[in-house]
Amino acid sequence: MTQHDIVIIGGGPAGLSAAVAARKAGVQDILILERDSGLGGILNQCIHNGFGLHTFKEELTGPEYAGRYIKMAEEKGISYKLNTIVVEVTGEREITYINQEEGLVTIQARAVILAMGCRERPRGALNIPGYRPAGIYSAGTAQRLMNIEGYCVGREVVILGSGDIGLIMARRMTLEGARVKVVAELMPYSGGLKRNIVQCLDDYGIPLKLSHTVVQIHGRDRLTGITLAEVDENRRPIPGTEEYYSCDTLLLSVGLIPENELSKGAGVSINRVTSGPNVDDYLETETEGIFACGNVLHVHDLVDFVSQEAALAGQNAAAYVKNGGKERKGHLIPLTAEQGVRYTVPQMLNLDSMEDSVTVRFRVADVYQNRYIAVYYDDKLISRKKKKVLAPGEMEQIVLKKESFAEYPEISRIRICTEVE
Amino acid sequence: MEMEKKNLICIGCPLGCPLAVTVDGGQVTVSGNTCPRGDAYARKEISNPTRIVTSSIPVENGALARVSVKTERDIPKGKIFEVMKEIRSRRVAAPVETGQVLIENCAGTGVNIIATKTVNRRL
Repeated sequence: MTQHDIVIIGGGPAGLSAAVAARKAGVQDILILERDSGLGGILNQCIHNGFGLHTFKEELTGPEYAGRYIKMAEEKGISYKLNTIVVEVTGEREITYINQEEGLVTIQARAVILAMGCRERPRGALNIPGYRPAGIYSAGTAQRLMNIEGYCVGREVVILGSGDIGLIMARRMTLEGARVKVVAELMPYSGGLKRNIVQCLDDYGIPLKLSHTVVQIHGRDRLTGITLAEVDENRRPIPGTEEYYSCDTLLLSVGLIPENELSKGAGVSINRVTSGPNVDDYLETETEGIFACGNVLHVHDLVDFVSQEAALAGQNAAAYVKNGGKERKGHLIPLTAEQGVRYTVPQMLNLDSMEDSVTVRFRVADVYQNRYIAVYYDDKLISRKKKKVLAPGEMEQIVLKKESFAEYPEISRIRICTEVE
Repeated sequence: MEMEKKNLICIGCPLGCPLAVTVDGGQVTVSGNTCPRGDAYARKEISNPTRIVTSSIPVENGALARVSVKTERDIPKGKIFEVMKEIRSRRVAAPVETGQVLIENCAGTGVNIIATKTVNRRL
């Protein structure tokens, strides 16, 4: 069986950044396995601009951002296989993949980095009644068909869900001559970024209807229309508020799910809230030698943070390999998300061997104004920071300093919560 | 002189301050902002709103069917559809390099359309 120091599953922004960082950390034998025909992942179809403000201090389009990392990976001579799909990863880090040239192959990795990204929540997960006519797409599928394959997806469009991909597609379809009639959002707030609501909807006069959902699909062969209804505070449709919209296309932008079938197969423990692996501050899963980063770990809003996170995973996988595959772990303490904080990544901290500072990323459960983000070591308040606004659609972060633990050697957990006053 | 009022939402940060802009003759006043970025955004939006426009163009004999493109600089917001009309009328031949100018002076804006991806010739 062929052996590699680090095998990275997925050649999107996370996999590329992890590879570049692992190489910089001194590991030569790195292999990226990518199922698409090119590197870059989902960025290839995200042709709009707004990427890279944190990483490159300029606004790039998705393909440009991907292009910079592809160039870095190629300059460093990192090997990769395209059109190659991984079918199994084991807890012992054996990876089985398939491609046309080699057939079915199993290789051994000293460290694995999971960087498979996420996929879209489909119609089947929504319980919308009606037939299954043509013309109903997840927003990302429509994005690929339009931007990469060059198809005209539809002419009269309704979009359900105000996630960023749905907002971006509202503008994109308008620019290509389609009429986007409405964007409906089940929740009383949008899950998308503010600038996307302004520049994708307001710029083109596309209405956003909050607390609304699709209650009926019309049409047998091709979609002919949908019925929209307002929902109450329990997200139940309110009788009498139904409105009919004729349309030939319905786009769904209703959430992203980390793609962790391979992780589960390897016995990696999955967090119920993030749907991604539980990791420590090395971004190592609870299965030794398997690391995770990017949207497979938790869904991000900004690719810049994916790149940062993945670089950390790459460095730590490299450190693990250079340490002879021996764990560097000491005393692991849990981070708990409480009172309005839905989850944290990482979920555990290596207290004895942590870096000088560790970034903890999290999301809140609802839209909050003038709340504090508080950090407790057990019951001792360590820091408290006021935020004018917190929203589930915007990932938050705090930084834990190694020196702050000096006085708390007996700490049993780190609590992160929101507080009103 | 006529007073002009406009309501905007600031895109400077997640807060999304509701901004009220009043133009009285040459005098622009901004209220509702909670930081200087809101003021600057409102003044730009009221006097000269601009956008980067992105799209994709079919590639003949390309390894991929289309190449993604963008306006090299931001263009006046009012010109978006004219720029799109010209972009949509074009085809290019492979190979195309990232940064290559594909349309010069698009729709008379003085701004070029450039490729944002490299597309090699089909093998």
